[in-house]
Amino acid sequence: MSRLNEENVALAEEIISRYPRKKSALIPLLHVAQEQEGHVTNAAMEHLAELVGITPAEVLGTASFYEMFKFEPQGKYMVNICTNIACQLLGGEELLHHAEKTLGIRPGGTTEDGMFTLEDVECIAACTEAPCLQVNYRHENRVTIKGFDGLIAQLRAGERPEIPNHGTLGKVRQHIPADRLAGIESPETAGTPEWYSSRTAPAS
Amino acid sequence: MATNAYVPHAAGYVDNEGVKIVSSRFPYEDSHTLERSLATGGYDGMKKALRMNPAEVAAVVKDAVLLGRGGAGFPAGVKWGFMPPVWPRYLVVNGDESEPGTYKDRLLMENDPHQLIEGCIIACYALGLNTCFLYIRGEMPVAHERVAQALNDAYAAGLVGKNIDGTDVSIDVVLHWGAGAYIVGEETALIESLEGNRGMPRLKPPFFPAAKGLYLKPTIVNNVETLANLPWIISNGADEYKKYGSERSPGTRMLAISGHVKRPGVYEVEQGKVTFRDLFYGENYCQGIKDDNELKMYIPGGGSAPWFFEEQLDIPLEASEVGPAGSMLGSGAIVVMDETTDAVRACLRVVRFFARESCGKCAPCREGTTWEEKVLQRILDGNGRPQDIDLLLEIGANISPGNYPVAAHPDGGLEAVPFPPKQTTICPLGPSSVAPITSAIRRFRGEFEAKIAAASEMSGSAV
Repeated sequence: MSRLNEENVALAEEIISRYPRKKSALIPLLHVAQEQEGHVTNAAMEHLAELVGITPAEVLGTASFYEMFKFEPQGKYMVNICTNIACQLLGGEELLHHAEKTLGIRPGGTTEDGMFTLEDVECIAACTEAPCLQVNYRHENRVTIKGFDGLIAQLRAGERPEIPNHGTLGKVRQHIPADRLAGIESPETAGTPEWYSSRTAPAS
Repeated sequence: MATNAYVPHAAGYVDNEGVKIVSSRFPYEDSHTLERSLATGGYDGMKKALRMNPAEVAAVVKDAVLLGRGGAGFPAGVKWGFMPPVWPRYLVVNGDESEPGTYKDRLLMENDPHQLIEGCIIACYALGLNTCFLYIRGEMPVAHERVAQALNDAYAAGLVGKNIDGTDVSIDVVLHWGAGAYIVGEETALIESLEGNRGMPRLKPPFFPAAKGLYLKPTIVNNVETLANLPWIISNGADEYKKYGSERSPGTRMLAISGHVKRPGVYEVEQGKVTFRDLFYGENYCQGIKDDNELKMYIPGGGSAPWFFEEQLDIPLEASEVGPAGSMLGSGAIVVMDETTDAVRACLRVVRFFARESCGKCAPCREGTTWEEKVLQRILDGNGRPQDIDLLLEIGANISPGNYPVAAHPDGGLEAVPFPPKQTTICPLGPSSVAPITSAIRRFRGEFEAKIAAASEMSGSAV
């Protein structure tokens, strides 16, 4: 049971309708699949292949290129510690080593209780707030060793309800009401917008 | 409102004195809402543009000399002019910000999403197209949520979508999100990714996006910050815009200064008016080097940029000054390193980034970056060999032949080699990995040699 559920099939169809070609929706759809199960399952990839009209191998081909898609169960919280240059200068590597010791796992590993997966990641765009990390891609800035221990304790105690489980990307989604849509057309049939032609027509 | 201070709700942003073109709403806590946007002139530029002729709008942007803020610094108005008269055509917004040291686009998307959406509509109108894709980096869910909410509100308010602001103009802006791949910031890789493929760059020619982009149709790819400038430019005009910044680089830039400074932050700075020295030591900016240490080196434009040193401190921050001096302003990311920094360790960390992010399409980059990392790692670990320094330079020359851009070092007899480097690869990722290597070796060769000499002594053998 890890094809998309009914609600997510409807969501997938809405997402697909926003693209001139179905395959363009693939990465957003993989996020939907990952949100449902916490990782991307083979059954979900087969389902996505049906939805966008490609083969399951093509889905895997795309999915496997991107760092965020995981093909095995992950911890409830993905802790991504940045060790890129700006963070390294201010203790990012020491923070990672502390996390390894505290959680008893190496980057890529998951704690036995399934709570945490640790990753050693590249720049996460909070360089002036180094050293920084993300929990399920939510930023924590200027993280000290003590601050890290406090964060882990809070997460274990369920005191950070604003951080969704791994796999949930945005809690707000784009939704375009049918009567507000300008219209997404196939690249094969779409032409010059009428409003543009009327404005660039030679003066008579 | 306090000025020259951090703004708590926009972590990292410093509200300093000076003109604000793209960060004017940042001091407001509700800067991301439609209400705040509309109360502070939001969508006025778009409304004005929709009542002009599209060609006039494009002419204003061209006249304003709006240089692309993504890294290459190419004038947006000129780029727009490369589109052949072929439809359909697309606008793709590059919000896949991942260059080490850079995070202006994340702040712009999180704190003023309506300004970006307004910029998108202005660009679409000028280009005569009705579908825009806004590609946001996957690791930025807050930006994703803020832009999604802003789009939902703007659609409901009639500011995006069908019959915008009561006119006959209809344009859709579709939010798209990535999933973690630095290379997707390269525009042809971004297009591949948007087509649902692995994000590998396309060969140019023939795949210049303006001619053969998304679905092989004419496509303009513009950076978030570039588009965020459009509402101000259209509202106030090109002449007004050119009053700020320098003649060759008008307007401002959002610069992120990180590393060993007392007050790291993202500052909106007029181009060409401020030097690196002003930025690092000025009271309005970073207020000096951390712990009053000596400056050792700095990266002037993101991980891909060759390093600068003390001698380059008085260069003004504009692309046309930094390029001839041997580096680039790139994406506006400046990383400052003080005397406590180990040049080999810093070099390895930047190189490791490129090795991890190489997409694997071109052999010189795929193999070269991997070997660069391995060799640097063994030098740092105390297993370096005497020939390793030359080996590193040789690997670099296979990815980027000829004289690699480097900053001048009068005492060391080095003359500046201007940017950009040559490349044996499809995109600049591989050649970028050579920047930290040549920068570090040409300036701090002694540090490499000392580590290698210590290794030889330990092993008791002169290899």
